[in-house]
Amino acid sequence: MHCINCHEVFMQQTFWSNLFLPDKRNPVCDDCRNKLIFLTEPVCPKCCRPMDKPDLCLDCQSWGGNSDILNKNISIFSYNQAIKDIINRWKYRGDYLLGKVFQYELARVFNQHYKNLEAVAIPIPLSKERMLERGFNQAESLAGFLDIPMVHALTRIHSEKQSKKSRTERVTAQNPFRLTRSVISPVILVDDIYTTGTTIRHAASLLKEAGVKEVYALTLIRS
Amino acid sequence: MNKFISSIHDYFSPDLSWIPQQTIPQVTHVEKPLSHLLSGKLFLPYELPEESLSFINAHFTKVPAIEKHWWGYRCRRCGNQKKYLFAYMPCGDQGKKCLYCRKCIVMGRVSECTPLYLFVPSVQWEKVKEACVWKGRLTSFQADAAEKINEVMAKGSARLLVWAVCGAGKTEMIFPGLATAFAQGKRVCLATPRTDVVRELLPRFESAFPNVKIQALFGDSPVKQADAQFILATTHQLLRFARAFDVMVIDEVDAFPYHADVSLPFATRRAAKETAGIIYLTATPRPKQLKEIDSKKLPTVFVPRRFHGHPLPVPSFVGCFNLRSSLKQERLPEKVKAWLDKRGVVTRQLLIFVPTISDAALVERLLHATFSSITAVHASDPDRKEKIELFRNKVYEVLVTTTILERGVTFPSVDVIILDSGHTVFDQAALVQIAGRAGRSPTDPHGEVVFFHQGKTDAMEGAVEMIKRMNKRGRKIVDALH
Repeated sequence: MHCINCHEVFMQQTFWSNLFLPDKRNPVCDDCRNKLIFLTEPVCPKCCRPMDKPDLCLDCQSWGGNSDILNKNISIFSYNQAIKDIINRWKYRGDYLLGKVFQYELARVFNQHYKNLEAVAIPIPLSKERMLERGFNQAESLAGFLDIPMVHALTRIHSEKQSKKSRTERVTAQNPFRLTRSVISPVILVDDIYTTGTTIRHAASLLKEAGVKEVYALTLIRS
Repeated sequence: MNKFISSIHDYFSPDLSWIPQQTIPQVTHVEKPLSHLLSGKLFLPYELPEESLSFINAHFTKVPAIEKHWWGYRCRRCGNQKKYLFAYMPCGDQGKKCLYCRKCIVMGRVSECTPLYLFVPSVQWEKVKEACVWKGRLTSFQADAAEKINEVMAKGSARLLVWAVCGAGKTEMIFPGLATAFAQGKRVCLATPRTDVVRELLPRFESAFPNVKIQALFGDSPVKQADAQFILATTHQLLRFARAFDVMVIDEVDAFPYHADVSLPFATRRAAKETAGIIYLTATPRPKQLKEIDSKKLPTVFVPRRFHGHPLPVPSFVGCFNLRSSLKQERLPEKVKAWLDKRGVVTRQLLIFVPTISDAALVERLLHATFSSITAVHASDPDRKEKIELFRNKVYEVLVTTTILERGVTFPSVDVIILDSGHTVFDQAALVQIAGRAGRSPTDPHGEVVFFHQGKTDAMEGAVEMIKRMNKRGRKIVDALH
């Protein structure tokens, strides 16, 4: 089987489940997998930022602590060169298949934290223009890996790329989202990167206003 | 039935008949620079310059980017036909799926629903009379090859392999041919697999051909748009071209990754015009090329002597059977120590090749006591360029290196040793190239080359045989001259 990241041939460890056919859910070789760094405890219980001890981080305190509109964010990986390269090829160059690198871990972390919520997944949308440019929404393909219904309840108004903005620009930016349909059940917002948490909270505030009780987030990377 | 056979044939040698026939376009005087800029290239829809849409509508051809065959798909840009390097992605709102090529994705995504735009006219380039101002003289060995190269470049529709030993002065040999090509108003590309070679060649060509517009293209080159008559490029850059060049020179045709990546020969074939003259330059042909030479399919010219007329240094073998175990115990093997002692104090610098990065660091540490000025380099060393420059300026006496310095670099006066020459990274071509680092200067045409090994390999014997064969060939010609 070929690794979908480095294209080299690799052997999967043999289990009963892949004795006859390779396990398509896990198409990454060990070399590439080991370059990704998992977030490890202690982390901020709210946003998953790596900390010295498991206390609320300063950012989350300024978002309002217990009155914060976001219930919790779970991230999986920390930001490093290897994951940056993968994201770059996946999201910006448009290699759609590379999203599968994260499928297995995303499903595992979901099961660990959010399994019993009976929530729906809402991917953070792209603007129409950006969607046309990229051809796919990376958050949507991540949400597609989860075993719960996906709802397209948000749209986004075109603005400059998040990654090109400074921190203050991001935090003070206007809410770029609009709610297009009502949701009742708990919501898990899905996105690729949690940087300042502003994007997620913009989306969460609309949902909260519309009466959603609990808003969670599942993001791939905590940078 | 015929169709079936031709489709099998197509699998092994890609059919390029989807490229439109080359015609002479009706271009106004104002549009001429534009036609130079756009000619012979492949564009994705969003890469087309918006301000020249009328020109594009009038002259461009739109073709599907991916071919479908019964045996699978082929990307027309990079020639990829491996199934695992294609994937489907959603396309549009209707849940349709669309195939795209993963191999050349860094150059922008090519898919079933994005066409390629081509403009492949025979644009007239400037006829530059007496373009070459190089005043040096070619040796009789070089002159012979230069004449053959000149012929191929002038006539076109031919291929030629120039098998010239390391240090033969390959670049100078193509000067007369280039001058002829420019006088005929031809467009020329010199492509090589290695970026540092492109960087090194640019100033040499600029000073030899001051009246010809030259551009260098590589991964992060400052120049992106290619509208020059003479293009220096890495072979990867050829993935953007189609039927662009009347003369194509491929330097170091045996170097990585050209021989390992099938899309590079594919791109080269497409970038050259059907009537192009193609020249391959190499010091160490791969088995594939040797086969073509032996079966007389590929005309070949030999340059068996270096420009200074001396034979190549022949490597000597030193068996050193505890080499690995000594290194593991952080000791220098006895045989190596003995050789260094015997060598004594000499004016030559010493170049030490080792198979791996960790070996490089270890050997540097072990030799620190013996040599005061020693350093090590490898591919991902951030100070690589500076260290090589300092070694060239004789600041360092000894340089320990991995195979990155096997070709393309010239140090005037060095002895070369390899530790563990039986390691798999040292294939025959690499060993010949490494041996070719010694004795390159006319003032010191000899140099010692020693392979320390733990058992001879085919590659080592093959390398020595290749060197001896070239020396013999050279001697014959020298004898015939006297």
